[in-house]
Amino acid sequence: MDTLLDVSNLRIRYGGAAREAVRGVSFTLGRERLGIVGESGSGKSTVGRALLKLLPGATITADRLRFEDVDLTLLSEREMLKIRGRRMSMILQDPKFSLNPIRRVGDQVSETYLRHFRCSRREARERALAMLEAVKIRDPERVYRQYPHEVSGGMGQRIMIAMMLLADPDLVIADEPTSALDVTVRLQVLDILDNLVRNRGIGLIMISHDLNLVRNFCDRVLIMYAGQVVETLKAGDLERAEHPYTRGLLAAQPRIGGPRAPLSVLDRKPEWLEENA
Amino acid sequence: MSFLTLRIQRAAGQIGSVAVTLLGLLMLTFFIGRLMPADPVRAMVGEDATRETYEQVYRDLGLDRPLWEQFLYYLRDVASGDFGTSIRTGQPVIQDILHVMPATIELATFAIIIGALLGIPMGVLAAVCKDRWPDHAIRVVSLTGHSMPIFWTGMIALIVFYAHLGLVGGSGRMDQFYIGLVEERTGFLLIDSLLAGEMDVFWSAVNHVILPACLLGYSSAAYITRMTRSFMLDQLNQEYVTTARVKGLSQAQTIWLHAFGNIRVQLVTIVALAYGSLLEGAVLIETVFAWPGFGQYLTSNLIIGDMNAVMTCVLIVGVIFIGLNLLSDLLYRVLDPRTRS
Repeated sequence: MDTLLDVSNLRIRYGGAAREAVRGVSFTLGRERLGIVGESGSGKSTVGRALLKLLPGATITADRLRFEDVDLTLLSEREMLKIRGRRMSMILQDPKFSLNPIRRVGDQVSETYLRHFRCSRREARERALAMLEAVKIRDPERVYRQYPHEVSGGMGQRIMIAMMLLADPDLVIADEPTSALDVTVRLQVLDILDNLVRNRGIGLIMISHDLNLVRNFCDRVLIMYAGQVVETLKAGDLERAEHPYTRGLLAAQPRIGGPRAPLSVLDRKPEWLEENA
Repeated sequence: MSFLTLRIQRAAGQIGSVAVTLLGLLMLTFFIGRLMPADPVRAMVGEDATRETYEQVYRDLGLDRPLWEQFLYYLRDVASGDFGTSIRTGQPVIQDILHVMPATIELATFAIIIGALLGIPMGVLAAVCKDRWPDHAIRVVSLTGHSMPIFWTGMIALIVFYAHLGLVGGSGRMDQFYIGLVEERTGFLLIDSLLAGEMDVFWSAVNHVILPACLLGYSSAAYITRMTRSFMLDQLNQEYVTTARVKGLSQAQTIWLHAFGNIRVQLVTIVALAYGSLLEGAVLIETVFAWPGFGQYLTSNLIIGDMNAVMTCVLIVGVIFIGLNLLSDLLYRVLDPRTRS
């Protein structure tokens, strides 16, 4: 399996912050689905945005930050413009906020194509329509002309997926792609994303706080706490996690048909905050 | 409900709210006229008039009637276009105002164009470079424009650009030499001179308007810059901006193709308001530049207590603001798809 992404000792510090938000994260990614799980503030989203170098004011350092044949740490902003959207893209959390409210949905989707390929507007439009169909939108012509406030959340997120996969990237980062959706449409959207990612052989990083979702949807899981990776596991081996934090997370989950005792409370130990070499 | 009836309903609502606002405005001007310490009767009959004459005029003006009746008379007069006669000039007030208004509109329009062209890009730049040197530089420039007394900058500018450098015309709307040369048709000197084919007068007028317009424009730019900056900062924190960047758009493309469209609505409102306050007349600048405009007219009538003129001026300022608000409401519909459905 070829390696898409090779990250070693990634450190991120926001401008003016006393401590690093991400402290020495290392992982590799092939054409597989990797989940990053952690609580709010654990640095999981920061890692995602750092890969696209979209953290204004933050300092990013790493021993290695390789994406396919390029070293991301060496790329200028101008060179990053050719990577973003074309080779690496990101699905954001809530379509209510992540789509531009005053531009037609279709124009926003086809914009991705127009940015990266020399083509006519019509060709970009055709591509966008085909992609909208691929994310199972029934009447793409009609939706193409609609504004974001006229589509539902599930539809909006499918539009987002279409937009981010249109230029056929090799790596997609999905930052809490279903957290803002109704439970009933979550699975639909995940299904669509899953199919597209598999069929096209795209590497996926799924950032989430939902252990169950990641367990069912990913091949491997990274568990983050306070800016560090505490444990990396195969999704199927999650039950055999060793780190007390992961065990604590698992124990804190309610189960249908489980005992009706109070759920255990996560006991955050101060020594987890210390940096492990 | 069909689309058309919805639109008619909305238009009717708009007209209704304008009507109510207008009525409120008329009440306000009416009571300003009654509550001002100036005595309209004394102003008309003079200090030496006999008691009989005074009371005669008092009755003629209807001042012995109850207030509500007076108000109805006032409404009737306004509706028929009668705003009373100016004590100072003996002419109908409305005629005097129509004479000074074009001078102010000319100046204000130039000023707001300069203000918007200067203020909006500066505000965007300041937002993009937040807390870096361009932001600080722009803050200094706009704060200066905001806080310097305009009569002072006006005089300094006249000394520098007119007296020393000779780049622009001095005070007044055109060089002395040309006064009376062009027949007054619209009152807008720039238009009248073009209609008459007097290019010399036209250029003289441009030369004269440019300096006061720049000064007024600079001070409105200060306000427009500050507002644009904060509107833009709001937008730059939005997720759709991140989306655009993730798609591979550069920062400049993101700002002009995505974020700017979202602040247009707010910009229209504040530019309209700034324009409104310019139309209200810039007394200080008009005085320094001997510009025969609305601001000077209003102030001089306030000082001598010519109530008919003052009431009408207040009414006109109110109507200007109602009109500009209506206009920016309509532009909302055009610029923001969310207000259409």
